[in-house]
Amino acid sequence: MKKFLNSPDTVLADALAGLAAAHPDLSVDLDQRIITRAHGPHRAKVGLISGGGSGHEPLHGGFVGAGMLDAACPGEVFTSPVPDQILAATRAADRGAGVVHIVKNYTGDVMNFQMAAELAGDEGIAVRTVLVDDDVAVQDSTYTAGRRGTGATVFVEKIAGAHAEEGADLDGVAEIARRVNAASRSFAVALTACTTPASGRPGFDLPDDEIEVGVGIHGEPGRRREKLAGAKEIVATAMDAILSDQPLDPADRTIVMVNGLGGTPLLELYLVFGEVSAVLADKGITVARTLVGNYVTSLEMAGVSITVCRADEQMLALWDAPVRTPALRWGC
Amino acid sequence: MDAALARAWVQAIAAAIDEHTDQLTQLDSAIGDADHGANMRRGFSACLDALADTPLETPGDVLVRTGATLISSVGGAAGPLYGSAFRAIGRALAGPDAGAEQVLSALTEGLTAVKRLGAAVPGDKTIVDAYTPAVAAFEQELWEGGGLAAAAAHAAEAAEAGARATTTMQARKGRASYLGPRSVGHQDPGATSTALIFRALAEVTVR
Ligand SMILES: Nc1ncnc2c1ncn2[C@@H]1O[C@H](COP(=O)(O)OP(=O)(O)OP(=O)(O)O)[C@@H](O)[C@H]1O
Ligand SMILES: [Mg+2]
Repeated sequence: MKKFLNSPDTVLADALAGLAAAHPDLSVDLDQRIITRAHGPHRAKVGLISGGGSGHEPLHGGFVGAGMLDAACPGEVFTSPVPDQILAATRAADRGAGVVHIVKNYTGDVMNFQMAAELAGDEGIAVRTVLVDDDVAVQDSTYTAGRRGTGATVFVEKIAGAHAEEGADLDGVAEIARRVNAASRSFAVALTACTTPASGRPGFDLPDDEIEVGVGIHGEPGRRREKLAGAKEIVATAMDAILSDQPLDPADRTIVMVNGLGGTPLLELYLVFGEVSAVLADKGITVARTLVGNYVTSLEMAGVSITVCRADEQMLALWDAPVRTPALRWGC
Repeated sequence: MDAALARAWVQAIAAAIDEHTDQLTQLDSAIGDADHGANMRRGFSACLDALADTPLETPGDVLVRTGATLISSVGGAAGPLYGSAFRAIGRALAGPDAGAEQVLSALTEGLTAVKRLGAAVPGDKTIVDAYTPAVAAFEQELWEGGGLAAAAAHAAEAAEAGARATTTMQARKGRASYLGPRSVGHQDPGATSTALIFRALAEVTVR
């Protein structure tokens, strides 16, 4: 597998250097490995941080900026950050009003964030942790580590970020973050595997005429393998999984994201979005806001994830609030 | 076990991980996210640096430092789990030279720490499936009159058997659990690295 690398061991450091060079609005601490806003805010507000393994860009560093995150802490590729790093991000985001940790529900992320939250607590920083677990491909049962956090992370970061920006208190920001997560469901399908720089080999072998259904964002195989079908059929499978987990009424308004996993062209993402909106239109469900593009990727995996959030008026208003980050930018 | 032996243990683990990085990564590639080898290598090479820095008087100092270094350098699930284990082992080895009984209770403390943090039980296809039989075999060998080296050798065998036995298990914890029945038929990477850790202990205790 060919990649643009200097060495597999320096991929994160080298990419962070590039991120810093590309975005003067971001401040990148290459030692502590945290990304913060370069300019303010200079008032007390609730801090919002997130982090996780690298390889999901623009998540999370691309969502640091006004109206969204205060800081991000990227781990090695597909590996959660370490507690010291999370603590450094927490300190950087703390302006005296407390800090919300947005944590995707993976064993490693949960443990490392928990350790960091304890350390931050020892320093007198109030921390609330919000777990994102929107992936309906995994059953939430005692037989699994619980549902994975995937696409809904973007919704949670945007909406909770806007709420923090408008001056909500710590519990208020955590509460809306939890509500957005609870109202969101995702499902993903992969056409190819991806290759981590350290491993150098694809995570699985997939014949040309087969797809992995119910994948996560870490290059792991999905719940099952199926024959490649038409886009309409694949979308039907995904939307079935999403809508049977959270049935929607015609009165419901939704925010819908069709997200590329890294190796699928926008042309196909829009094609998929067309199918998704047809499914929703058929049920009379309103698509109030949309996002189509690569937001939560899995290196160069070809594939798509669909996220549907049942949004209330407050969520929609916060969604529309100004945001100024490398990857999401409107209203400013 | 004195500080020199504890240090030798960590060095032997680092060497074993280095040699098996690719194997651990490939195992994690099958049922996880292909980072376990790199995670463990980064962690134990950081431990070598951390131990080279300072004179450490007791085996406990060496192993607490090892645990803290793992926590701050590994990430993933393995960092907090192994980090907490080594810290717990180290805290139970306060004196300058621990006997085999004390090493047993320290290893047991390490297992307790892993279970407390990860809430895994035997059969979940994790580190616990290699660690649990290793501690049991260590204890049994002491019971039968063996010393540290013999106990460590038995523990290593039991850990290796435990790791192999994870192949037929369906994962209920960690990333592999997302695969459901598809996790069956692959050996667990964490249980495999645990076996390397116990094999390293066996190697250094016979020297
Ligand atoms: N709850 C748990 N208890 C004990 N061991 C666990 C638990 N969860 C995972 N493990 C072990 O961790 C190993 C995987 O470690 P690894 O370093 O690959 O972290 P990871 O799961 O990829 O972390 P992350 O969630 O950040 O990606 C598994 O093979 C398993 O043995
Ligand atoms: Mg892994």
